[in-house]
Amino acid sequence: MSTIAQTLFEKVWRAHEVTPETADTPAVLYIDLHLIHEVTSPQAFTVLRQRALKVRRPQLTFATMDHSTPTRTEQVFGGAPIAIEAAARQVRELEVNCAAFGVELLDLRNDRRGIVHIIGPELGLTQPGKTVVCGDSHTSTHGALGALAFGIGTTEVGHVLATQCLLQRKPRTFAINVKGQLPAGVSAKDLILAIIGRIGVSGGTGHVIEYRGETIRALDMDGRMTVCNMSIEAGARAGMIAPDETTFAYLSGRPRAPRGEDWERALERWRALPTDPGARFDQEIDIDASTLEPMVTYGTNPGMVIPIGGAIPERPGDPVFEKSLAYMGFSPGQPIKEHPVNVVFVGSCTNGRLSDLRLAASLLRGRKVASGVQMLVVPGSQQVKREAEAEGLDRVFLEAGAEWRESGCSMCLGMNGDLVAKGHYAVSTSNRNFEGRQGVGARTLLASPLTAAACAVRGRVTDPRELM
Amino acid sequence: MEPIRTLRSRTAVLPVSDVDTDQIIPARFLTTTTREGLGQHLFADWRYGPDGTPRPDFALNRPAAEGCAILVAGNNFGCGSSREHAPWALTDYGFRAVVSTQIADIFRSNSLKNGLVPVIVDPATHRWLLEHPGAEVSIDLETATLRHPAGEAHFPLEPFARYCLINGVDELGFLLGREAEITAYEARVGIR
Repeated sequence: MSTIAQTLFEKVWRAHEVTPETADTPAVLYIDLHLIHEVTSPQAFTVLRQRALKVRRPQLTFATMDHSTPTRTEQVFGGAPIAIEAAARQVRELEVNCAAFGVELLDLRNDRRGIVHIIGPELGLTQPGKTVVCGDSHTSTHGALGALAFGIGTTEVGHVLATQCLLQRKPRTFAINVKGQLPAGVSAKDLILAIIGRIGVSGGTGHVIEYRGETIRALDMDGRMTVCNMSIEAGARAGMIAPDETTFAYLSGRPRAPRGEDWERALERWRALPTDPGARFDQEIDIDASTLEPMVTYGTNPGMVIPIGGAIPERPGDPVFEKSLAYMGFSPGQPIKEHPVNVVFVGSCTNGRLSDLRLAASLLRGRKVASGVQMLVVPGSQQVKREAEAEGLDRVFLEAGAEWRESGCSMCLGMNGDLVAKGHYAVSTSNRNFEGRQGVGARTLLASPLTAAACAVRGRVTDPRELM
Repeated sequence: MEPIRTLRSRTAVLPVSDVDTDQIIPARFLTTTTREGLGQHLFADWRYGPDGTPRPDFALNRPAAEGCAILVAGNNFGCGSSREHAPWALTDYGFRAVVSTQIADIFRSNSLKNGLVPVIVDPATHRWLLEHPGAEVSIDLETATLRHPAGEAHFPLEPFARYCLINGVDELGFLLGREAEITAYEARVGIR
C-alpha cells in the first residue's frame, strides 16, 4: 500500500493500469463498463469485421439507442416508421451488430431504454471506482458516482470492443471546491453554468475535475450528475464526485448493482475511494454557491453565460464575440430578461432526470405555456417517464400545453427530427448552445429546468424566482 | 493509416475561436454508418447558403484556399462532442494538419488516429499565421517543428503519437499486442 495521499482520480486510475505509462508509451487502461449507442459505433464494428476480431468482454459492454431515435410515440410504439431514413438504418445496424457480437441491447421499444447517460446510473451499471467510457462526450455524467468516466471517439470504441482497453496519457487534476448553500431558485445547473463561466470553455482541457465541498455533498444524485455532465463544456476530460452515503443510497437495490455479500464488499471498496486528506491537485479554485443566481447563456458557447438579471457584456474590437452576438441577434449591453422566447425544451442527459421534471412541473402546475410558445418535455429514459407519470407530472405538463414525449436526446442536438426553426429562440435545459446545435440557425439559451419552465409561462426570458 | 514524416502546404485560415465539432460537422450528418465522404459536409452551415450554394465570403471557399492541407484556426479548436466524424470530414476534405493555440482533448485524440496532425503553437506564431493566409508552411514530425517564411515553432507531440504518425501504426495493433498483460490484469482482478 502506498502511503502517499492520493486523489479519487488517482486511486481509480491506478487500479485500472494494465501497464503504467512510460516516457515513450501511454498507459494501457482497463475499462469496466463500455456503453455504446447507434451513432458512434457502426464504424467500430466495421473494423472488428475487417480484422476478424470479437468483442473481448461482451458482459462489460452495454448498448442503447438515443441520439437519432424519434421521440414521437407513434414512431416509437405506434408502428409508424422512423421518419428519418438514415436514422432508421442506424437503429437497424445497431440491432444487427449487437446480435452478431453478443452485446446486450435495450432496443427502441424496451421499457428500460433511454439516454445512455441516464440509464447507466439508473440501472446500477455505473458504480463508484469503475472506469466507464462511451462514444459520447457527456460520458462525464457518470463521474457523479465516483467513476472515472470519459467520452471517446469511434476508433477508440473499436479498441475497447476488441481489447477492453484504451491507450491513455494520465490527465492532470483540478479541484473545484464549492461552499455555501444554493439560494432558492438556484440549482445544480446554475452552479455548473457559473463554473464554466468562470474557468471558460477550455479551462479544464487536459484535466479531470473533482467537484468537492459542502455544496456538492448536499446535492442529490440527479444534481451531481448535472454538474459532472457539463465538465466537458469546460474542456475537462472528466468530472468526478467522491462517493458517499447519498451515492450508496441511490445505488442500493438497482437492478445491476451488487447484492448481499457482494454489496457489503463493494461498500468497503467504495468507502476507500474519496481523496485522501493532504492529496494535491494540479489546479484548484473555490466557488461560493450562496451568492449565485439563476444563470442563462447569451452566446454560442456555454462559457458565454450571465446571471439572469444581468446584461450582455460589451467587448468592443472582438470580432469573434461580435459574430456570436450577431448569430444570436443580441446587442452588447442589452438586458437578457424579457427577451421573447419561441421554444422551451426540458430534457437531455443534463436535465432529463426525475428531479429535473419535478422542478419544471413545480412552476407549471396550474399555469399555462404562453401562447405561441412550443414547450417540449422529454424524459431522459422510459423509467423516468413511468416515474413521472406515476406522480402525475405528465398531466401537469399536458394541462399546461406542453408536449410529453418518449425518451431520447431529442432537441439537444438536431439529428432526430426534434428541431428549433431558423432564427427562433429556444430556452433549453441541455448542454450546448453552439451555432446550429438545435437546428440550422436556431438560437439556444441554456438554463435550468426552473428557469426554462418560467420562460415557457411568460413567453419571455424570466427569473424563476418571480413565479415561486 | 498512411505514414507522415513531413507536410508542406499553403495554409487556409479560419480566424474563429472555439470552433466546436458541431460546426466542423453538424449533427444531421451523423446518421451515416460509414466514415467516407464526409468532406462535402465539412463546416456545412458556414460553407453553404440556405440554397446549398457555396458562400463566397467563407474562408475555405476562396480560390486561394483550394488544395491547402494545413488549416490555421483561431484559439481552442475542436471543443464539444466526441464525434470522430469531425476529423473524418477534415481529412476527407484534404486537410492533414490543424493549427491552433489549444486543441480539445477528444478531438486531438481522434485526429491522431486519423492522420490529422494537431499542432499547438505559441501566440506569436499563431498571430503571424492568422495574418498570413496562404503562407507556405512545413510541418516536420521528426522534430515536431512548424516552419513558416518568417520563423519556426516547436509543438508538443508525445513520442508515442509521433511514432504512430511517422510509421503509420494504428493503436489497435499495439493494444492487441498487449494480450498477455491484459489477460494477466483480468486474472488479477477476477474478470472472466
